Amino acid sequence: MSMAKKAVLMQGNEACVEGAIAAGMRFYAGYPITPSTEIAEQCALRLPQVGGKFIQMEDELASMAAVLGASAAGIKAMTATSGPGFSLKQENIGYGCMAEIPCVIVDVQRSGPSTGLPTSPSQGDYMQARWGTHGDHPVIALSPSSVLETYTLVIRAFNLSEKYRTPVIFLMDEIVGHMREGVTLPDPSDLIVNKRKASFHDGAYKRCYYVPEGQYVPAMKPFGAGERYNITGLAHDISGFPTNNNDQAGALYTRLMEKIDRNVDDIVRVQETMLDDADTAIVCFGGTARAVMSAVEEARAQGMKVGMFRPITVWPFPEGHLRARLPGLKRILVVEHNYGQMFLEVQRVVAGQTPVEFLGRLDGTVIPPADILEKLRRMEG
Amino acid sequence: MPSELIHEFMRIDHLPHIWCPGCGNGVIMRDVAVAIQELMDDPEVKLNREKVVIVSGIGCSSRAAGYMDFNSIHTTHGRAIAFATGIKFAKPELEVIVLTGDGDCSAIGGNHLIHAARRNMGLTVVTFNNDIYGMTGGQYSPTTPAGDKATTAPYGSLDRPFDIAQLAAGAGATFTARGSVYHVRETIDLIKQGIRHKGFSLIDVYSVCPTYYGRKNHKGGPVEMLRWQKENMVPTARYYAMSEEQKAGKLLVGTLTHSEYPEYTDEYDKLVKRVQAEMAGR
Amino acid sequence: MAGKKKLVLDTSWCKGCGICVAFCPKNALELVEERVHLKPDNECVLCGLCEMRCPDYAIWLEDLEE
Repeated sequence: MSMAKKAVLMQGNEACVEGAIAAGMRFYAGYPITPSTEIAEQCALRLPQVGGKFIQMEDELASMAAVLGASAAGIKAMTATSGPGFSLKQENIGYGCMAEIPCVIVDVQRSGPSTGLPTSPSQGDYMQARWGTHGDHPVIALSPSSVLETYTLVIRAFNLSEKYRTPVIFLMDEIVGHMREGVTLPDPSDLIVNKRKASFHDGAYKRCYYVPEGQYVPAMKPFGAGERYNITGLAHDISGFPTNNNDQAGALYTRLMEKIDRNVDDIVRVQETMLDDADTAIVCFGGTARAVMSAVEEARAQGMKVGMFRPITVWPFPEGHLRARLPGLKRILVVEHNYGQMFLEVQRVVAGQTPVEFLGRLDGTVIPPADILEKLRRMEG
Repeated sequence: MPSELIHEFMRIDHLPHIWCPGCGNGVIMRDVAVAIQELMDDPEVKLNREKVVIVSGIGCSSRAAGYMDFNSIHTTHGRAIAFATGIKFAKPELEVIVLTGDGDCSAIGGNHLIHAARRNMGLTVVTFNNDIYGMTGGQYSPTTPAGDKATTAPYGSLDRPFDIAQLAAGAGATFTARGSVYHVRETIDLIKQGIRHKGFSLIDVYSVCPTYYGRKNHKGGPVEMLRWQKENMVPTARYYAMSEEQKAGKLLVGTLTHSEYPEYTDEYDKLVKRVQAEMAGR
Repeated sequence: MAGKKKLVLDTSWCKGCGICVAFCPKNALELVEERVHLKPDNECVLCGLCEMRCPDYAIWLEDLEE
């Protein structure tokens, strides 16, 4: 039974840290960058209190590397950054995908490219979250739209990361990161927190990347726990040793992709609001959902049948959920603080079955609900 | 079946290694294994093999991690020291040894090197310094002597080279040393001192690359390159017995700097205890 | 009897670099078809320098089994 708890005023970035600590994160390495800096500051304050490790590294690349090292040593680890830093971390994020090292990378998106508009909201890293590192690779990315959801969803980010042994991108934006809201945090005893497995699969000694038939995720044992093994970013065999053997490399790549593809139902979460009778769906993610919900409510008050489709898991894109909604929809509007990135995913899934339009913004200001309403009216003609 | 040492400390299924004939890297990798073995057998140290983590970056040197039968991680180019920092900070009881190259640690990874030296976390860095990028076929590195040739310096390199050990010392490393492929016993002892040292240590081991550096610069084969080390690199006792004139152009094989400074993970533990005590007292 | 050693060669691991041959103080080794061999009439004193210098672990001292 959870105890009734008092509401506290909290910033999104702060909720991210508290959620991560609740998830068992005890290692943070980072480099200061607006608008994610409060996450580093809060970790510097809070981690020593709970016996965790905080280190400010010399750069973004080092932070990502240190996080992967700490996770290989058996500690749940996180880093946080924003656009330019997210770009710098990409090579090592790919290493985490290849070597299957769980960790959470928070990207509090800001306007780009380059230094862009450092303090302004943007959602321009949606595609980078998917394709930022080179080569084909699996990705899980989650995006919260409120302070409370930041808290609960970052716990899920750690859980998925441990379960699937893969880096998870926690795609925040300046809107949510810097928003202050009164939140009632769930009781810690109500939280589900995945632990790292303590040993390899049976029969995996000296074959640390072995998985039993029909499974996709090798068990992971931390360094120093008595089973010496090798980790590499090169294509490797099941012993973790580099290989040029095409069959072994092919099996590895297939398994890496399939461990996510075959578990989409477990990974994907969507918020579907007022969609059951809707003829119009607004697709959005992250902080944009707030303006969209205002617009939906206003549109409903004016008699329009509008609902919101909000991927919480933004990668893999919840295509099954969206496809299931298509028969009832006459039109789809995608609203994002970018030039149309999730829009491309929606177009791919809809494949011409339903007209899809886009409303976006790049000037560093927030899209007001009135603009969304106006766009809806024009679409209804 | 190779020697007992190799059988015990290498993943022999993957040997012989990929390095070229006469490459110094195999010798340095063996030096590291002997150093670990001797510290395991040393009753004062009793190094626990299961707590040893070998971290490497990318390049010829960095293939060593995969061959060595320890907890091993072959990371991204230049980032070995940054990965190692995460491992050591997360679990200070681990003995973290970084095997890296001249390009890996002083070009693309130069920033991590100087900051790790500054922080004084208890890592041991062993460089396989062969004056060239070997894995990519012989481009000039930060340690290629000025004027020497490489595939990207067909007319001779204009760059002034780094002395990696001096660079680390300048950044605050509390133990720096220079070893060589020729001076096997001395280098093993320096690696042992580096591992035992409480704080950041770096042993810059001069390797030889006959295939690219040697051939491009008419240095002869592996034998001639080792002879050069024998004649121009001088172990400590003999070096300090030499006159200044005799020392000219000669390189010391031995400890370059050794000082005491609080070790980072120890200091962090103290910080945690202080913070938690303050919280309890509130 | 403790301390008795023998020299062992694995020519399949030898890459023929010639380092052991050049630095053997007793000139006891030679390359034959680019692989290390112990000369037929050698004065090997089992000093172990070749083992220390071999980059390929193709030559080493082993305890003599009694």
